[in-house]
Amino acid sequence: MYVAVKGGERAIEASWRLLDKSRRGDTRLTELSVGQIREQLRLSVARVMTEGSVYDEDLAALAIKQAAGDLVEAIFLLRAYRTTLPRFGYTQPLDSEAMVVERRISATFKDLPGGQLLGATYDYTQRLLDFKLMAEAQTDGGDSSAQVAQQHAALQEAPESMPRVVTLLNKEGLIEQETPLSDASEPRDLTREPLAFPASRATRLQNLARGDEGFLLAMGYATQRGYAHSHPFAGEIRFGSVTVEMELDELGEAVEIGEIDITECQMINQFAGSTEVPPTFTQGYGLAFGHSERKAMAMALVDRALRAEELGETLASPTQDIEFMLSHSDNVEASGFVQHLKLPHYVDFQAELDLVRRLRAEHAAQTAQTAQTPHTSEAAQTSQPDTGHDQEEQAA
Amino acid sequence: MNAPETQLASATYDSAAEGYNFAYLDEQTKRMIRRSLLKAVAVPGYQVPFASREMPLPFGWGTGGIQVTAAIIGRSDTLKVIDQGSDETTNAVNIRRFFARTTGVTTTRRTSEATIVQTRHRIPETPLTDKQILVYQVPMPEPLYRLEPRVAECKKLHALADYGLISVKLYEDIVHHGSIATTYDYPVIVNERYLTSPSPIPKFDNPKMHMNAALQLFGAGRERRIHAIPPYTRVRSLDFDDHPFEVQRWEHACALCGSKESFLDEMIVDDAGKRMFVCSDSDYCHDRREQQAEQTGAIAEGESV
Amino acid sequence: MTVRMTPLLSARAVTKQFGGRNGCRNVSFDLYPGEVLCIVGESGSGKTTLLNTLALRAEADSGTLHYHATHGDMLDLRALSEPRRRLLTRTEWGFVQQNPRDGLRSGVSAGANIGEPLMAVGARHYGQIRHTATQWMERVELDATRIDEYPAAFSGGMQQRLQIARNLVTGPRLVFMDEPTAGLDVSVQARLLDLLRTLTSTLHLSVLIVTHDIGVARLLAHRLMVMQGGEVVESGLTDQVLDDPQHPYTQTLVSSVLPV
Repeated sequence: MYVAVKGGERAIEASWRLLDKSRRGDTRLTELSVGQIREQLRLSVARVMTEGSVYDEDLAALAIKQAAGDLVEAIFLLRAYRTTLPRFGYTQPLDSEAMVVERRISATFKDLPGGQLLGATYDYTQRLLDFKLMAEAQTDGGDSSAQVAQQHAALQEAPESMPRVVTLLNKEGLIEQETPLSDASEPRDLTREPLAFPASRATRLQNLARGDEGFLLAMGYATQRGYAHSHPFAGEIRFGSVTVEMELDELGEAVEIGEIDITECQMINQFAGSTEVPPTFTQGYGLAFGHSERKAMAMALVDRALRAEELGETLASPTQDIEFMLSHSDNVEASGFVQHLKLPHYVDFQAELDLVRRLRAEHAAQTAQTAQTPHTSEAAQTSQPDTGHDQEEQAA
Repeated sequence: MNAPETQLASATYDSAAEGYNFAYLDEQTKRMIRRSLLKAVAVPGYQVPFASREMPLPFGWGTGGIQVTAAIIGRSDTLKVIDQGSDETTNAVNIRRFFARTTGVTTTRRTSEATIVQTRHRIPETPLTDKQILVYQVPMPEPLYRLEPRVAECKKLHALADYGLISVKLYEDIVHHGSIATTYDYPVIVNERYLTSPSPIPKFDNPKMHMNAALQLFGAGRERRIHAIPPYTRVRSLDFDDHPFEVQRWEHACALCGSKESFLDEMIVDDAGKRMFVCSDSDYCHDRREQQAEQTGAIAEGESV
Repeated sequence: MTVRMTPLLSARAVTKQFGGRNGCRNVSFDLYPGEVLCIVGESGSGKTTLLNTLALRAEADSGTLHYHATHGDMLDLRALSEPRRRLLTRTEWGFVQQNPRDGLRSGVSAGANIGEPLMAVGARHYGQIRHTATQWMERVELDATRIDEYPAAFSGGMQQRLQIARNLVTGPRLVFMDEPTAGLDVSVQARLLDLLRTLTSTLHLSVLIVTHDIGVARLLAHRLMVMQGGEVVESGLTDQVLDDPQHPYTQTLVSSVLPV
């Protein structure tokens, strides 16, 4: 009985119903709320916002819920949603130096103005599974407004002045400064225009900010292991909230439209130097939404590697290959294309089947022939017309 | 979000009520895509970069074709969507649903009734007219990519018509296989100028591209490029003078309609590995069977393929 | 009566340096049709930088470069657009790399390597391309029955011959060669030099060869330029320079070579 490819629609609908059930899981357990995800899986939310290119904690949490925790799928959901949003305009550049800092560290100096503020991080924990967390969900019943007030009070105790490490180094002129060129044009918007090469640093940074954390992590790691030598130091990593300002035409001036949490990393690397400029430290830069240190650090390592050409270094490794890195950093593209192999390809495969069968037939014929007539030429094989191609002789 | 298609087919359907613009994309995006399409039509076979958007289907699953269709479709259009020649595979169903939901246009399985045909990996057997547009889904628009992965370098090769590399590949095929080994996504020269990928259609379909009355549009969403072949354009499959281009032929005819002209899918029908060959183009096969049934005075029952 | 010939390639005050140091400085010469010019020097003398700059593989800092094209125009090479430059290098020039693997496609057969330049300029007959490739293999003294083998299957000396065939198949007027015999056995070198000598005279090629080996210059070159520290310290007819070197560096160079 041959199985026709019919009833595809019904199969799809059945698949959806199964997906709904699978996503919900055991109905005896309380359903996850978007609020719970937003609050208690905040690091997942941070990643989905960063790579989804939308700062909205609730939407990111919703995407995570809908995707049953598959973050790449959640990122895809958020990006697809983003397509439907009109772009009103562009904000002013964020002033991360004015950040209300929750955590700020530097590996380059033992102490520095503003101090090493440890904040909330897994860095200083021992990675032992905490079975106390297996107890079922409890609400503390606390007054949420009191909690918020407590947090604000803690933040106010943080020192006011947190100048950047790179600014300190610059007092001696030791580190190149990231100053915009006087003739710099507006950065291209990668969500509105396709990527093209050569890609300016602004374009590269956009691409990396949206890029897959795993990919950047692996490539950043590679730069540390000798695939491109940049001897990096963590100059500064800071996490906290910054205000977002935007100039509104009606008002003719910039107004604050909100606050977001960001993580910023500046990596300091070995010196370059030329005839005009004495040796200095060079920078790599990383930025992400929410608390995303691994991403910001990996991004900074990769950013520096991709500056190799600009800084006159030898290109020795794929981590320095701009086209290679930027073309493969987007996990929405990558996931789509890798998984598209699940789509039917039986027509293409049919063509290949035919070819392989034909070649095997020729091969068999060849072996039979050379067994009978022992003559030398491989050359003869290459100049003979298509034998055994009876099927193709009725040309189109 | 995902609801059965039967509820959606009304032509008076108002997509705005659902919170989406007609055909999902906003008008500025459609305009941007149409501008790219115009450039592509003006330079046949040339790959025009465009700012592809993330769509609700993944990259690699037809977002380029979907964006092209979304940019050109209007309320009075009739849409057919096929994948591997069939209207029934999951991909075709999904995409057809997407447009039914976001536009409310009439959809059809009949090639002759469609004004827009979106396709993955096949050209319909039924000849198209100058009232129709064929939209191809393209995974890799760059015909040279296996030989030269860098997009920046390929752009230069196209600009200079420096196509020695692809000839080398074909030469090597003849050396090793006795003939050119590419069986699908067989590269073509469009309008005597640009080397173009026809998308992974079997080479069997290549001749249909030449001097076709319909407008042929190609969308690659993930790679962010559009190209086009205007109606009645010369399209030549690459070959050597002494190794001319040839199409595949089968020894069998279609087991359902008897065609010896169409592209056949091979199906394995039982555990013993018995094979059956059936038209890949389901609409074409269905049409032929209907005609034959009319001629014999009986009507085939229940086989809505 | 003297006939004034137009130089094929003219360089004036060509300079290319790295961070203000090394490279080559202030190099001037004329190369005539059918002439073989050798640039001789030790490593670090700037000769390879000079060759790459002349062949437009590197951008000169200053100076002028002119080329007398087939259609009679004198081209200002530094002002050429990239498409024109690529067309020129594809149709009228050749470049033989020191390591043949850099000048060949390792993933395709010997025949494809030789045939590619023909296909790049429009050759469309498989049989004829193959025939031409076979002829060239014989010309460079390779076994033509090996036409379908990959470059890796050939020895270093044979790969170099293959690279030479690939460069000469389109009939270029000017060929650049970067240490074409370095890294080969002495006997293999000798045979290759013989081949080059025959080819350059039979085909009336103009050739610019970079080498550290005076023997190569003596055997192949009509004229030579000696480089030291980035500058040309002496130049002239090969026999004159080698038999009667004027500059102290040239004298050291000549005296340090064992007679062949």
